[in-house]
Amino acid sequence: MNIQFRENSEAASLLTTKTAIADCDIHPARATRTELYPYLAKRWQHHLEIYGVHAYQGMMEGPPYPKAQPNASRRDAYPPEGGPQGSSLSFMQKQLLDPNNVQLGVLNPLNTGQGIRNHELSAALCSAINDWQIDKWTSKDKRLKASIVVGNEDGLSAAAEIRERAGDKNFVQVLLLSRNVEPLGQRRYWPIYQAAEEAGLPIGVHAFGFGGNPITPSGWPSYYIEEMVGHSQCQQSALASLVLEGVFERFPKLKMVMIEAGFGWAPSLAWRLDKVWQRLRSEVPHVKRPPSEYIREQVWWTTQPMEDPERREDLFDVINWIGWDRLLFATDYPHWDYDEPSRVLPAGVSETNREAFYLGNAKKLYGMAA
Amino acid sequence: MASLIAGGVDCDVHPAVPHLTSLLPYLNDYWRDQVTTRGMVDLASQSYPKNSPIVARPDWRPETGKPGESLEDMQRHVLDPFQLTHAICNPLYGVQMVFSEDLQAAFCRALNQWLAKEWLDRDSRLRGSIVIPTQSVEKAVAEIERCAQDKRFVQVLMLVMGDTPLGKRALWPIYEAAERHDLPVGIHAGSAYHNPPTAVGWGSYHIEDYVGQAQAFQTQLTSLIVEGVFAKYPRLKMVMLESGVSWISPFLWRLHKFWRGVRMETPWVDRAPLEIVRSNIRFSLQPFDAPPEAETLIRLFDHMQSDELVLFSTDYPHWQFDGQDALPEGLTPDLVRKIMIDNPHATYPRLI
Repeated sequence: MNIQFRENSEAASLLTTKTAIADCDIHPARATRTELYPYLAKRWQHHLEIYGVHAYQGMMEGPPYPKAQPNASRRDAYPPEGGPQGSSLSFMQKQLLDPNNVQLGVLNPLNTGQGIRNHELSAALCSAINDWQIDKWTSKDKRLKASIVVGNEDGLSAAAEIRERAGDKNFVQVLLLSRNVEPLGQRRYWPIYQAAEEAGLPIGVHAFGFGGNPITPSGWPSYYIEEMVGHSQCQQSALASLVLEGVFERFPKLKMVMIEAGFGWAPSLAWRLDKVWQRLRSEVPHVKRPPSEYIREQVWWTTQPMEDPERREDLFDVINWIGWDRLLFATDYPHWDYDEPSRVLPAGVSETNREAFYLGNAKKLYGMAA
Repeated sequence: MASLIAGGVDCDVHPAVPHLTSLLPYLNDYWRDQVTTRGMVDLASQSYPKNSPIVARPDWRPETGKPGESLEDMQRHVLDPFQLTHAICNPLYGVQMVFSEDLQAAFCRALNQWLAKEWLDRDSRLRGSIVIPTQSVEKAVAEIERCAQDKRFVQVLMLVMGDTPLGKRALWPIYEAAERHDLPVGIHAGSAYHNPPTAVGWGSYHIEDYVGQAQAFQTQLTSLIVEGVFAKYPRLKMVMLESGVSWISPFLWRLHKFWRGVRMETPWVDRAPLEIVRSNIRFSLQPFDAPPEAETLIRLFDHMQSDELVLFSTDYPHWQFDGQDALPEGLTPDLVRKIMIDNPHATYPRLI
């Protein structure tokens, strides 16, 4: 975490010797406040200047829980030309893509139009972000692929945005956040799932977002660390909702990726779902199979932030229970809790599993396998 | 299944209040009049609909009335066949849903009196938990002080989903009183429904609420640890009741990692979360969310790196297992002894 980046004269040689990886969670940022304006109608530019953005939380600027450092990002990730961390392609290439031999980098823009109360503005901002991802990032570096960001609370306009981008090879998934006005299995979100399934695109559900619900079922906690840890509980509840509302049953070709919420909790949640489903399945007859089967077949997990047991081998039990074919390596660049590719897997992992973990699973999922 | 041994302590059984009217004898004239004049109905909570399959094992379900309302049934179903020395009664009556602190305090007091008279007085193996009116910390503390005089009360009981996270400083007088009286605080599954029952909003189904209990426990452990409850009250024990258990290790791996990263935010947390859990937090056994194979269970217990965390429970009359199979496959005889006898006694000092 937060490792200081140094100029490394060996960087060039590393590039040729390091195994290629996929980084399935990269956060591109805007360099300036108005960088999206060229992609927004005049009406929305005026709106932003006069009223700003009203999310499902009260702060006009910044998050309700102050991060541990600016933009929750590495202090060494400010681009030399200025602007916030993650806002410069050339510096991202130099700091992340080149030295780690990233062959596929999946962009997940945050602070977009998601979680905004004005749904028309939400849709306009999301569409602008999608254009911006092509112009600023994917058209300039072929290793990078974008996520279709959609106005999450209005299923119909979100589905329209997905259909408009379907078939565009700049995009490899649809992006949602875990926290919304309702749990993600609810019907208002189904048009999104239908459109993604039709387009053959996985849905990435990234930790975070605002939907107006307290981040614990017992109300709002006090600290940033509670929000951070709490994302994994939100993700569990969102996934439980998807299973129990029958989303995977109704959209059998839909694939979902749980991004940046950990994966250690997955076996316990699946066992609990199975056990309780045995007792209470008459309440949810649309859930036809044990919940763990849907999860095993239709859900993937990005790795960062890797759970960090005192004994590293304990984590392998968990990975074995999930399946080595379901994990997608991610760094979360440029955020402070970045996972360093060379350090996350200790020795003793088979070559096959190592390759799947770092690259193979991602290429297969995102349709880029050779 | 691992073999049960005699002399165990069941740390989670649920005597049921038959109806709100059962509490009338324990209310004063004013509140009795309020209940009848206003036509108040039974405080049945969505957490445990009485006909839900999970709320009672088929062979533990009475022909009429609520599961768990008969002492004779409880004796016949668990106290005798499991050869228990003690069972700790955790009433799940919906008093936490009440918003008025006055009404809630009256109901909690009546509930605790009802438990003492109609259960503890009638079977010497039974022990009680003090249900507290959390709408008023002052009244909650007063109820702890009142009940603590009766040594058969061995624990304070709160729900895992209430108005605020449990670590919040406003609640600390409750923990101060509990520690002073050698009372662990039991945190039980269930919601007051004053907040949406998941952190992402209201789901559609009872099954969703029940699955969500495990996530609620996780957020509460985070709150209790990072607010510094155990730095302030180092002798205080808390028991997570009906939590699902198997989430604990991966949860702690994550909390531990973030604590190392941002501990400057909560500098009073002077021990690793893992250590705090090992010294101050316990978990009742049922339900244990794991597949039936012994191999997985053995790994899960090994991940905990402690044989002191788990306390025996049947969760009577809830349907968590069949027959006598309260102990999952794979526990060694030593661990069975720890779970059934040693750990409960080490956790509940008043249990004699």
